Amino acid sequence: MTSAVSEQIWVQALREAALERFQQLGFPTTHEEEWRFTNVAPIAKFFKMGQALPPASSIPDAARAHLAQHAQFNLNPFAALNTAYFRDITFHQVLRGAVLEDPIHITYQAQLNQTQHPRTLILVGPNAQCAIVESYLGPGQHFTNAVTEIVVGEGAVVDHYKVQRESLEAFHVHTLHATLGRSANFSSHSISLGGALVRNDANVTLSEGAEATLNGLYIAAGRQHVDNHTQIDHARPHGTSHELYKGILDGHATAVFNGRIIVRKDAQKTDSKQTNKNLVLSGDAVINTKPELQILADDVRCTHGATIGQLDSEAMFYLQSRGIGAREARDLLTYAFAQDILDRIKVSGLRRELETELFRKFHERVE
Amino acid sequence: MALLEIKNLHARVNDREILKGIDLSVNSGEVHAIMGPNGSGKSTLAQVLAGRELYQVTGGEVLYNGKDLLEMAPEDRAREGIFLAFQYPVEIPGVSNMYFLKAALNTIRKNQGLAELDAMDFLSLVREKMARMKMDQTLLNRPVNTGFSGGEKKRNEIFQMAVLEPRLAILDETDSGLDIDALKLVASGVNSMRGPERAMIVVTHYQRLLNEIVPDFVHVLAEGRIVKSGGKELALELEQGGYASLGVYDEAEAVGKA
Repeated sequence: MTSAVSEQIWVQALREAALERFQQLGFPTTHEEEWRFTNVAPIAKFFKMGQALPPASSIPDAARAHLAQHAQFNLNPFAALNTAYFRDITFHQVLRGAVLEDPIHITYQAQLNQTQHPRTLILVGPNAQCAIVESYLGPGQHFTNAVTEIVVGEGAVVDHYKVQRESLEAFHVHTLHATLGRSANFSSHSISLGGALVRNDANVTLSEGAEATLNGLYIAAGRQHVDNHTQIDHARPHGTSHELYKGILDGHATAVFNGRIIVRKDAQKTDSKQTNKNLVLSGDAVINTKPELQILADDVRCTHGATIGQLDSEAMFYLQSRGIGAREARDLLTYAFAQDILDRIKVSGLRRELETELFRKFHERVE
Repeated sequence: MALLEIKNLHARVNDREILKGIDLSVNSGEVHAIMGPNGSGKSTLAQVLAGRELYQVTGGEVLYNGKDLLEMAPEDRAREGIFLAFQYPVEIPGVSNMYFLKAALNTIRKNQGLAELDAMDFLSLVREKMARMKMDQTLLNRPVNTGFSGGEKKRNEIFQMAVLEPRLAILDETDSGLDIDALKLVASGVNSMRGPERAMIVVTHYQRLLNEIVPDFVHVLAEGRIVKSGGKELALELEQGGYASLGVYDEAEAVGKA
């Protein structure tokens, strides 16, 4: 049997298993705890079932051992659906000790009225360093169901960005799973601006002495719904994690933040901090925020906190007392709330681009 | 016509009446000091004049330059030349001092029919004024008042005043938290702005600021009313005899004596 044929059989088997699993799980309902505040019925209605599985894609040998091993589809119907239907994979391998000067840029442009299943796999070798920028764009109504797997080797440093700027009618579901080797350092920044119905799952598993940072910024207005679920799994001792998610909600927007932190039984000396802050600009916007700590080790430090607030009236008055109009003062303070997430973006081109975009966005919002 | 005319002003916060009938007339070129014990209503008066919504005006009127001041939004008051130097300047993380001050200055200039300053002109203007207040230029790039020491915050207020060139400056406890050197620096910044086109209201608990910024008039505020007015010598009287010599007490003490 040629290797091409064996590959074809392998991918076909994976797709069939994933499809079967999806058929068992079905689209989630709000009766399930993980989906309590996010109703995906509009996605189920949009999605056309019964399509033939795509032809076998060409999967590089190096990818084979990792594909679908990190973002497992057993419990996640959207990951199962992606695994059944993705066409090609975007695959990057950063070799041992390599230091990439420029970020790896990956852009997924969705097609109008279509469903797409972008699939990304990035393998970063031991002691390598790189930055990854994933951008999601797309016009009008469509459904993006993306899965990203990142494997961070021992001692490697990876800086990941996911920027979602799809249309305000888009359905967007993204599952990220990063697996961190010993003493690896991984940070991920999720910026969610577009979409009518958005669900992001960001999952990280840490080995001994690894460090993970999860930052997020979600901005929603009108009738947008944005759900961020994160899971940080301290599987081994001496791990550190920091998490800061900030949300700005206006109009009738709704948002969910669910931050799960698992500290396994032998993950002693874990140090974990989670913060979720929300700025609610309208009386009709809703945020559901929930920390979920599952701590099975006894010698650990875990803190969490969530805030929901309006604009600071003292700061408003201070700006106005200098002649700055109420609307502009509101813009400035809203932008300022987002600023500390933007400040954490190390890819300077991306940071400047987002600064300009958000500044304009807040300005136009009140015109 | 006086620049500022306050007539029988009453104001409250929540259900507590704080100003119980203030009358005060301030002309261009004059510096008025308002002194009084804690809780007498000094800061409330300053904030009401600047338009803080927290305080509800329940009676009286305030004319500024012939216009009904109480009808104006805080930003319109600033555009018409009112400036409040805050007792507690507000920290605003995420907004740079430079952006903030340039936006403020250009809004005010626009209101006066002047051209907006571009970044270069603005920088050369503020450099000179910062140097006078002995302020480090890196403060411009920092977020507004964020991580500033108490003294830096107060100097920043006077620096802003120097840039915005108000017609009526209200200084609320500008001396609090300053050591004597910082006090002299702030006072010299204020004194350099005295002139026939500008009026100032200096609110203070202590006389020491008035050694440096010598007022034309002194008013003593107690329990929401002006109980005595006079020239600069009134401040010296208070320095020697204390508020008690006027039969005026801190709010807490007054309760004890009742």
